[in-house]
Amino acid sequence: MFDTLFFNLLLNGLAHGMLIFLIASGLSLIFGLMRVVNFTHGSFFMFGAYVGRSIYLATDSFVLAILGGLLFGFVCGGLVERIAIRPFFGNRVQLLLLTLGMMLVMNELVKIIWGPTILRFPRPDYLIGSFMLGDIILPYYRMFIVGFGLVVLVIVYLFLNKTRLGITIRAGVENPEMVQSFGINIKQVFTFTFALGVSLASVGGAISGPFLSVYPEIAMDNILVAIIAVVVGGIGSFGGSVAGSLLIGLINSFGGFYLPQAAMAFNVVLMALVLLVRPQGLFGRGGVTGGR
Amino acid sequence: MNPLLQLKEVNTHIHDFHILEGISIQVPREGVTVLLGRNGAGKTTTLRTILGFHPPSSGEIRFDGELINGWPPFRIGSLGIGYVPEDRGIFGGLTVYENLKVAARDGVREMERRLEKVFELFPDLKRATRQQAGTLSGGQQQMLALARILVSKNRLLLIDEPSSGLAPIIVDRVAEAISELKKELPILLVEQNYNMAKQIGDNYYIIDQGRCVHEGHMQDLEKEPELKQRYLGVSV
Repeated sequence: MFDTLFFNLLLNGLAHGMLIFLIASGLSLIFGLMRVVNFTHGSFFMFGAYVGRSIYLATDSFVLAILGGLLFGFVCGGLVERIAIRPFFGNRVQLLLLTLGMMLVMNELVKIIWGPTILRFPRPDYLIGSFMLGDIILPYYRMFIVGFGLVVLVIVYLFLNKTRLGITIRAGVENPEMVQSFGINIKQVFTFTFALGVSLASVGGAISGPFLSVYPEIAMDNILVAIIAVVVGGIGSFGGSVAGSLLIGLINSFGGFYLPQAAMAFNVVLMALVLLVRPQGLFGRGGVTGGR
Repeated sequence: MNPLLQLKEVNTHIHDFHILEGISIQVPREGVTVLLGRNGAGKTTTLRTILGFHPPSSGEIRFDGELINGWPPFRIGSLGIGYVPEDRGIFGGLTVYENLKVAARDGVREMERRLEKVFELFPDLKRATRQQAGTLSGGQQQMLALARILVSKNRLLLIDEPSSGLAPIIVDRVAEAISELKKELPILLVEQNYNMAKQIGDNYYIIDQGRCVHEGHMQDLEKEPELKQRYLGVSV
């Protein structure tokens, strides 16, 4: 039963799941803390891919491409929060329309800068090829994505659980008012969280390039599955975004192979089932409406 | 000596509602000042106005002589004003230790230094540092809410209805804890439980419909059955 195909689909699913995780974890933290559904998250994933590719082609350094994607997301995320999000803070409808509008603008902007066609993001030499485990072929690049995702996962986990800032972010998800009474400037925490979340999406885009190729639609394709992963995992829960993303990645991989026409339907059906059984998501604490 | 906290003719609107209609109170540098009054009188709004969550529409709020109207809540918190809301404001998904760490305004090292004394006061918490705060009992959560104030250097403590939702035996323990705290910190306390207020309060203000209608020393209130009946619903 566990043939080569199975392991191929498994690794593919895990790699895609890790990319979704890089989008979903930030999306979930930002929504949990600030009650902002950030539709630009997928667009920053896409921009990360374009920016990473440009840096790679210019410098021939994949490490610089990754760092560039990370930094680009952090700086742009911080600026977007300060300039665009903050003035509308507290008004969920306006914020929803704002990020939706920004997403559309960003998705057109890449077409102006880089053109509408699919661009190839070459793999660095050391990540070309595959590793043979008996009969099973494990492509290096997919293993790299899974490994990179795991490293980010551990770093973000340690940050959220061991540092005072990280613990404050988790506390802010539950009760931002109380956090302020301890002398903490919650607005700075918001800006930092937004920048961090966007930088994760953007670096995810940068490493996705050689795997998915680079084209404008990766923004829409991935924001939808990331939102589903967040809802399935539980809004505001980091562990939930990990579980939700990997689940969606695997379902897409296996479902997409055996029933390609219904790949997206699998995601939505999973979300519906989870919401029926556990409205707060697999790891969530509150309701999905996140009322406060 | 001038008071630590002073509200002068403070008006607060929440949306279109005029909640505080010119409140004036003074909190001295020691002892427990109690805000008494019926439900909806404006006691909690008074605390939240002081903390900057509902900035006043007019009037003056001075802390140690400094005008703090309109300051953002985090700056007011930084002055050393600790707050325990009626719902305790515990971060239920965090451990007890993490709850304390968020509150450690003066740094984790200062928190560790103070913890020994805090745990002496609340031994239950010492045994539960790694426990998720949401799984603590109501009384333990109240202890944690107070402990969070004590891990940093604070100058004034605002406590809202500490007895609310607690069993009588737990209320006694909370009252004991607050009596201990008052030796070190001045406290502004909102309390509907008259017996508890009587036990730990030094001065009182009675709030009714967003105004201060009476003030004095707690022991003198005992001799005013009519006042108690009229504004507090305490039967004689």
